[in-house]
Amino acid sequence: MMHRSEKVWLILSFGMIIGFMLIAGYQAFAFEMGPPSYGERIDPQKVDETAPFDKPGIKKIGENEYEVVMTLQVFSFTPSEIEVPAGSTVHFTLTSKDVVHGFQVAETNLNAMVVPGYVQKITQKFDKPGEYLVLCNEYCGAGHQMMSTTITVK
Amino acid sequence: METVIKQSGKTQVFKDKANKIMGISLEDAKLTKSYLSVAFLAILLGGILGLLQGLNRAGMLELPAWLNYYQVLTAHGLLLVVVLSAFFTIGYFYAGLSHTLGGLLPKVRKMAWVGFWMKIFGFVLAVIPILMNEASVMYTFYPPMAASPIFYIGLVFIVLGVWMCAFGAFINVASWRKRNPGQHIPILSFFATGVFVLLFFGSIPVAIEVFTIIPWAFGWVETINVMVARTLFWAFGHTLVNIWYLTAVSAWYVIVPKVIGGRRWNDLLTRIVVIALVIMNITGGFHHQIIDPGISEPVKYMHVFMSLAIGFPSLMTAYAMFAVFERTARRKGGKGIVGWYKKLPWGDVRFLAPFIAMAAFIPAGAGGIAQTTNQLNQVVHNTMWVVGHFHLTLGMSVVMTFFGLSYWLIPYVSKRVLTPQINKLGVIQTIIWTLGMIIMSGAMHWVGLLGSPRRTSYSTYFDNATALSWDPYLFFLAIGGTLLMIGVLMQVYAVFYLMFFAPKGNTEFPIAEVEEDEAPTPRWTERWGLWVVCMIVLVGMAYVIPLVDFIVNAPPGSPPFKTW
Repeated sequence: MMHRSEKVWLILSFGMIIGFMLIAGYQAFAFEMGPPSYGERIDPQKVDETAPFDKPGIKKIGENEYEVVMTLQVFSFTPSEIEVPAGSTVHFTLTSKDVVHGFQVAETNLNAMVVPGYVQKITQKFDKPGEYLVLCNEYCGAGHQMMSTTITVK
Repeated sequence: METVIKQSGKTQVFKDKANKIMGISLEDAKLTKSYLSVAFLAILLGGILGLLQGLNRAGMLELPAWLNYYQVLTAHGLLLVVVLSAFFTIGYFYAGLSHTLGGLLPKVRKMAWVGFWMKIFGFVLAVIPILMNEASVMYTFYPPMAASPIFYIGLVFIVLGVWMCAFGAFINVASWRKRNPGQHIPILSFFATGVFVLLFFGSIPVAIEVFTIIPWAFGWVETINVMVARTLFWAFGHTLVNIWYLTAVSAWYVIVPKVIGGRRWNDLLTRIVVIALVIMNITGGFHHQIIDPGISEPVKYMHVFMSLAIGFPSLMTAYAMFAVFERTARRKGGKGIVGWYKKLPWGDVRFLAPFIAMAAFIPAGAGGIAQTTNQLNQVVHNTMWVVGHFHLTLGMSVVMTFFGLSYWLIPYVSKRVLTPQINKLGVIQTIIWTLGMIIMSGAMHWVGLLGSPRRTSYSTYFDNATALSWDPYLFFLAIGGTLLMIGVLMQVYAVFYLMFFAPKGNTEFPIAEVEEDEAPTPRWTERWGLWVVCMIVLVGMAYVIPLVDFIVNAPPGSPPFKTW
């Protein structure tokens, strides 16, 4: 029923899909390159009173290591205009005070959904100095296109 | 075995003759004509709105306050993602059911009409708040953004209308099976069964979602579970796109081989592709949530596997299509390793448009595989790349197949014929559409990789250097969009010319036959009950863990927000 070339094609197809799976799995679980999946819950109507979001800001937590606690709300990021030295690893802890937002930093792999009721975490090492554009990539209302800030790496 | 083939050959000959003499019944024709008219009016309106967005993103057009970018985008999505696709799919498959099952049952025809008006009514209800800027929530309407309750009530009617058509199709197929014991459902109706099974089961999650949103949008309930709503939406959202894809695939397997004068691919393998796509589709939606919080990495990884698995039947299809082309061309005297391509009817729009549609699925499918893979998804999630991706899959692979079908389907239901002039117009339209889509979607993919977000009106982000560097790419959206608008106008002209003004005559419903020496297809392919059970088991494996977790370990809910 099947031509030999079709069998070869289907074996290659199957192999390719399995190859994708194995590589994606290996990277996710051996190198911790998996997508942002933090699961802690929070009352979305009491973000301002809940630690650590009662004091959003940047904190040095080690040699070249920073933690940024950030809230997202229409149509801004708090804190905004962050500055870190080149070579820093920055751990972002994020939540939303209203609707669903996206946290994306252009020219990096930082990209995470920020959903009300959930705390999201994502980490990035900034090697190259420059000004990085932070933007909301999930439509959140009339001023969505203005929702942005910057991370300056010196 | 030989007698079986001869017999089925004879019935086929008889049916073809009957069809040639009588054609489709006027009542069935009217139904399909109405569905297709709505589909092509939707593409006209949706196309105009799309052009406005392209011009805006290119920084060339500022939209007025009474018709802002997000209103336009919500309407564009609803018109093309819901109206165009649903109405074309139903119109086409109901003509196919009528043709291959010996006419629609009167009861079924009535159900399809009730479904038609429910969908129209629902659509009007949904559009009014969009126009009033009371529902600028996109067609994904993620809570806790809350539109006017009227918007959601409109969606309920659209879903109910689709269900009417799905049940109508099931009743017609079941009645045919009763009258033809031991026979296989004709292949086009087999595809139709798969599509309507998916339409019904795929829209159950969104129906549940909308029923939880309505009391919340009215203010009767204070808060909503955001992640449950989001997850239910995508169980439906991705199934929907795969439904039109399966509709296009039906034409590739069944119609196109006949148009080029060949025979169709192995019947058993064709049916296996349908069954596989039906069983595996619904769980694919989860890859839209790969970078969501609150879902553990092992669950996400399992979903990567479930999404990638859908690639396999598509890769089977890729082989089958090119094998059919080569075989047909060689029978016509085509020679050489690739030289046989000269024997294919490139000047026939009924072949050219679906061929380019298939070819577009090569990069489109590859992009899809990339997007569904954990870490790669994180790179492109919610960027313009995704918009480029679905303009390749839907705007090219699906819609160009629909265009190609329209050049015989509309004459068939209108009892008219395709003229050489309209064929030529169609060929030019196909070329313009192809160029427009390549330019637009190519630029979208590229600028998405650079970071430009989707669903965002033109913005320099306060003259940010990175954002400004995207502008040259975004300019191509305007060029591509303009070409596509020309394509829409040509296509809509061709459709209504063929429906009302083309010369009268008989047009064939092209259904290719299997190869003469093909072994009979085993009976197990007809066990639809089993396929549905398999599908439900898979959906359970995919969704029980995350949904139970979202419900049992739910954070306090969210009140409604109107942020526009």
